[in-house]
Amino acid sequence: MSGNMIVCRCNDVTVEEIEALIDEGVTDIEELKRLLRIGMGPCQGRTCIPLVLSILARRTGKSPDEIPVPRARVPVRPVRVEVLVGGGDE
Amino acid sequence: MSKVAIIGGGIIGVATAYELAKLGEEVILFEKNYFGSGSTFRCATGIRAQFTDEANIRLMKYSVERWERLEEELGFDINFKQTGYLFLATNEEEVEAFKNNIKLQNKFGVPTRLIDMDEAKEIVPILNTEPFLAGAWNPKDGKANPFKTLFAYLFRAREMGVDAREYTEVVGLEHEGDTVTAVKFRNGGKIESVKVDAVINAANAWAPSINAMAGLRRDIVPIKPYKHQLVKTEPLEPGQAEPLVCPPSWNDSYIIQDGEDGGIICGSGIEHEPKHPWDYEPTYDFLVGVLRYAVRIAPPLKHAHVVRQWAGFYAKTPDKNPAIGKLLDNFYIAAGFSGHGFMMAPAVAEALADLVSKGHTKVPLDWDWYDPYRFERGELRSSAFQIG
Ligand SMILES: Cc1cc2nc3c(=O)[nH]c(=O)nc-3n(C[C@H](O)[C@H](O)[C@H](O)COP(=O)(O)OP(=O)(O)OC[C@H]3O[C@@H](n4cnc5c(N)ncnc54)[C@H](O)[C@@H]3O)c2cc1C
Ligand code: FES
Repeated sequence: MSGNMIVCRCNDVTVEEIEALIDEGVTDIEELKRLLRIGMGPCQGRTCIPLVLSILARRTGKSPDEIPVPRARVPVRPVRVEVLVGGGDE
Repeated sequence: MSKVAIIGGGIIGVATAYELAKLGEEVILFEKNYFGSGSTFRCATGIRAQFTDEANIRLMKYSVERWERLEEELGFDINFKQTGYLFLATNEEEVEAFKNNIKLQNKFGVPTRLIDMDEAKEIVPILNTEPFLAGAWNPKDGKANPFKTLFAYLFRAREMGVDAREYTEVVGLEHEGDTVTAVKFRNGGKIESVKVDAVINAANAWAPSINAMAGLRRDIVPIKPYKHQLVKTEPLEPGQAEPLVCPPSWNDSYIIQDGEDGGIICGSGIEHEPKHPWDYEPTYDFLVGVLRYAVRIAPPLKHAHVVRQWAGFYAKTPDKNPAIGKLLDNFYIAAGFSGHGFMMAPAVAEALADLVSKGHTKVPLDWDWYDPYRFERGELRSSAFQIG
C-alpha cells in the first residue's frame, strides 16, 4: 500500500497518517479511531475498519485475530431525524 | 521527589499526571481499559463558565484561561474553539433568573450578557426563535476535542517520564493506618504491587470502589453513575449551531455542532440507572426523546440523518459538585464530576498536583466547597448547574 492511499474514504484518512500514529505508540484501534476519526463517517467504518486492522496487524506484528474490533454503534444505517420524531411538524 | 500513583486514565487522571510530572514528581498512572474509555471519550465537548455559584464560576473562569493556552503549552492541536454557550429562556421567571446569574458571573469577570432573539438568530442561524424570550450568551465559553486533548496531555506526560499503563486494573491498596503504602494491579495474569508515597483516586464513576480499597467506607463519597446519552447527525455546513444551545426548561436538552466534523451533537436530561457498571447500551426512548427537543430548538435538523448514538456516565454526587481533596494522609480524590469533568480538567489537574506536591496552589479552587468529607458531615452545597 502506498503512503498516501486513502483508507477511510468518509473522513479522508491515509495509510501514512495511520502508520505515523502507530509508530508513536498508538496501537489501540479505539484510539486510532478517535484520533483520526476513522470509522466515524456515514458508513460507520464498514469500508475502512477492516483495512485499518490489517495495517495495524502488519505494523505491530500481531495476527489480525488478536486485535479487538471496535464495537459498532447504533443506528446500523443512518436514519432521517423526521422518521424518528414522526414528521416533526411541531 | 516522591512517587505518586494515579488510578483512572480519563482526562482528570491523565492531566494530573502531566501536571505532577511538570512539578518533578515520579508518576505511575493506571487505566483499566484504554485511556479515555470511561466518561471522557463519551462527552459532549462543551466548556463553560456559566455556572450559578461563586465556586464553580471562579474555577471555570480560571479553567477557560488555561484552555486558551493549552494548545500552545501542550504543542498539540486540540481544536479548542470559543464558540460560546447560549442558554434560552422560555418564560419571564427564567429571564429574571438569567439576569441574576449574569450579575454573579460578571462579578467574577465572566462576560455573559442577556441577548434578544434577533441576536441569537445571528449567532445560531438554524435556531427557532419563536418559543424563547431571551438568551444568556457568553462568547468565551466553547468546546474542544476530547480525544486530542487527552492524547496531548498523555504524550507530554510520557515525554516527562510518566509511566502510563493502560489495560492495567488496580485491584487493591495496601495501607498502614491512614497511610496508603502500595498499589496492587493486574499485569496480564499476575497481580503485582508497587510501593508509592501518594495515591490519587481519579476513577470518577468507579471511585467508590477505589475508596473501599483504601479501607474507607464505599459511600464516604457517595458517587452514583447515571447513564447519559448523545445522538449525532451527519455533518451540516459549519456555522449553523457552533455554540452549545440549551433551553434549560426543556429537560436540559441541547445541541452543539461538533468542532471537528460539523455533525450536530444532541443531548438531553433523559437519564437512566445503568444495569451494570459498564452498561453503555443506547436506548430508543432517548433517541426519540432527544430528537423531539432538538427539532424544536432547530427545525432544519428534521432533514438531517442521525449517524451515531452512544452512552456514558455522569458520575453524580448528591449536590452535583465534584469531590476534590484529601481523604487520608496521602490518599486524594478528584471524582464525581457530575457531567463537568472535561471542562474542569485543566484547572482541577493543576490544583490537585499542586496540593499533592506542594500543599498549596494559586488556582482559585475553593477546597471547602469541594471537600470530599462534606457528604459525611451532611453539608451539601447548592446544586451545581448541570445540563443534559
Ligand atoms: C453524554 C455525556 C456528555 C458529557 N458532556 C460533557 C461536556 O460537554 N463537558 C464536560 O466538561 N463534561 C461532560 N461530560 C462529563 C465528562 O465526560 C466527565 O466528567 C469527565 O470525562 C470525567 O473525567 P474523569 O477523568 O474524571 O473520568 P473518566 O473519563 O470516567 O475516567 C475514569 C477512568 O478510571 C478507570 N478506572 C476505573 N476503575 C479502575 C481501576 N480499578 N483501575 C484502573 N482504572 C480504573 C476507568 O476505566 C476510566 O477510564 C459528559 C459526560 C457524558 C456521559
Ligand atoms: S470509510 Fe471510514 S468511516 Fe466510512
